[in-house]
Amino acid sequence: MTLLELEDVTASYGPVQVLDGVSLRVPENGAFGILGANGAGKTTTLRAISGAVRTGGRIVFDGKEIGGLRPDQVAALGIAHVPEGRGSFGDLTVRENLRVGAYLRKDRKGIDQDIEYCLDLFPNLQDRIRSNASALSGGEQQMLAVARAIMSKPRMLLLDEASLGLAPSTAKNVYDAIRRLRLESGIAMVVVEQNANLAFTVVDDATVLETGRSVLTGTSAELKGMDEIRRAYLGG
Amino acid sequence: MEKFVQLVVDGLSTGSVYAALALAIVLVHSATGLINFAQGGMAVLAAYVAWVLTNQGVPLVLAIVASILFSFVLGAVIERFLMRRFERGDPDTAVVVTVGLLTLVTGIAGWLWGYNNQQFPSLFPLDTVSVLGVSVSIRSIGTTLVIVVAMVATQALFVGTKLGLALRAVAINPQSAAYSGLPVERLLMVGWGIAAVLGAVAGALVAPQLTLTPGMLDNALVYALAAVILGGLTSPVGVVIAAWLIGVLENLAAVYVGFIGFDLKVAVPFILIFVVLIVRPQGLFGRKTVVRV
Repeated sequence: MTLLELEDVTASYGPVQVLDGVSLRVPENGAFGILGANGAGKTTTLRAISGAVRTGGRIVFDGKEIGGLRPDQVAALGIAHVPEGRGSFGDLTVRENLRVGAYLRKDRKGIDQDIEYCLDLFPNLQDRIRSNASALSGGEQQMLAVARAIMSKPRMLLLDEASLGLAPSTAKNVYDAIRRLRLESGIAMVVVEQNANLAFTVVDDATVLETGRSVLTGTSAELKGMDEIRRAYLGG
Repeated sequence: MEKFVQLVVDGLSTGSVYAALALAIVLVHSATGLINFAQGGMAVLAAYVAWVLTNQGVPLVLAIVASILFSFVLGAVIERFLMRRFERGDPDTAVVVTVGLLTLVTGIAGWLWGYNNQQFPSLFPLDTVSVLGVSVSIRSIGTTLVIVVAMVATQALFVGTKLGLALRAVAINPQSAAYSGLPVERLLMVGWGIAAVLGAVAGALVAPQLTLTPGMLDNALVYALAAVILGGLTSPVGVVIAAWLIGVLENLAAVYVGFIGFDLKVAVPFILIFVVLIVRPQGLFGRKTVVRV
C-alpha cells in the first residue's frame, strides 16, 4: 500500500524554480531516501510535502491530495517534519518541547508514555529534561527534534539532514536511534541526507536529485552498487 | 509614618495600573515576540466603549465586561488584518507599525469622542478604610488586588496551560510550531486578544483617577515599558513587582527627596532602570538567554 506519492511535483521561491518534477513513492512502513548535492532541492521537497512552499503537481498522502494544505493541517494528518536546523524551541525546556510536539493529542497517558519512550530512545535527553533547549549541544538538539516529532504519534516522519553539523559518532548515534525507531514503531520515513552512507543505514529505496529533478531512483542495494553514486556521494 | 504608608499604598495603586499595561506587553511579547506600543491606546479605546455604555444606562460592571469582550475582538482583528502582514518580515518594521497604530487609535478616539476630559465612574467606592491606623482608599486596595489576580492568571496561563505553552512556542519558532500541528495564525490572534483584555482592565482601573482622554495612558505606557525592562520581558511576576516598585519609589522620591519633587519624579524609574541594567542586563526577574553558535 502506498502511503505517500509525489507525482511530478514542482515548486518555486518567487521566480526561482527549485523543484522541476520530483516523483517518489513511499509504501506504508517504508523508508525512502532523498540524496543529492547542496541546492538540488532535497529540503524543498520536504517543505513541499509539509505545505511550507507553494507547489504544482500531485502530492497524495494516504489516498488524499494534500497539495495546498497548511503545514499545521499536514501535521494533523500524521506527517511530522523534523526541519533542517532542528527547529528547537530554545526558551522552552526539553519536556515543554516534547509537549509542544504532542499538541494535537488529547491522550494524557499516551503522551506520558511516549515521553518515556523518547527518553529511552535518546538517553542523553533524560538528564536535560528540565534544561532549556537552547542550552543543549547540537547532537542533543537533533535528538530533541526527532523526539518532538515522535510525540505527535505520526504515521510518517520527514527527516531533514539529521547529521548536519554533528560529529561523526554523534551522527551515527542519531541514525542508530532512528533505525531502532523504525523497527519498533513502523513509522514510514522520508530521509533527506547529504551523507548517503548514513541514509543507506535506514532507507529501503532512494532517489537522487539534481537541480530539482529526480535523475535516478532505485533500492539502496542498487544505488550503492552504482559507480557514479559511489563517486559522488559515498566518498569513492 | 502615616504619610509614608499612605504614599506606599498610593504608589502600589498607580503601580498596579502600570503593571496591567506591562502584563499586556509581556503577553504580546511572549506570544508574538513583539513589543506592542499601541497597547495603551487600545486600552483607552476599550475604556471609551465602557464609558459610552454607562452613559446609555448600562451598569458599570456590565459595561466593563462588554469593553473586555470588545477588546478581545479588537486585539484579534488588529492581529489578523494589520499585524499579520508584518509578522513574517523584519520585526523592527512590525514594532514601528505598532507605534503608528498607537497614533491611529488615539486619533480615532479623539475623532469619535473629542479631547475633553470625561468623568469615568469608579469600580470601587471612594471611601477609605483604616489599616494599621492609616486610612487607605478602598480604590487603591481594589486596584492592587485586581492586578494581583491578573498577574497570577497570566503566569498560570503561560506556565500551566497548553494554550500558554502553544503561544510561547509560536513566538519562539512559528515554522517549527506549525510542523508540530499548532494553528499558528489562530494562536497569534488569541494572544493579541488576551493581551488587549488585560489592557482593557488597566483602562477601566485608571480612567476614574485620570479622567478619560484619548491620551490618558500615554504616560502610563512609558512607565509600563520601564517596568517591562526592569522586571524582565519574560516574567509576569517580575514586571508586576517592578511596576509596583516604580509606583512606590516615584511617590516617595517626589515627597522625600527635595530636589526631585513632582516635576522630576518621572525620571525616577529611568534612573532605576539604568542602575539595574548595569548589574542585571536581563532585568530583575528575566531569564538570561543563552545563544549557542
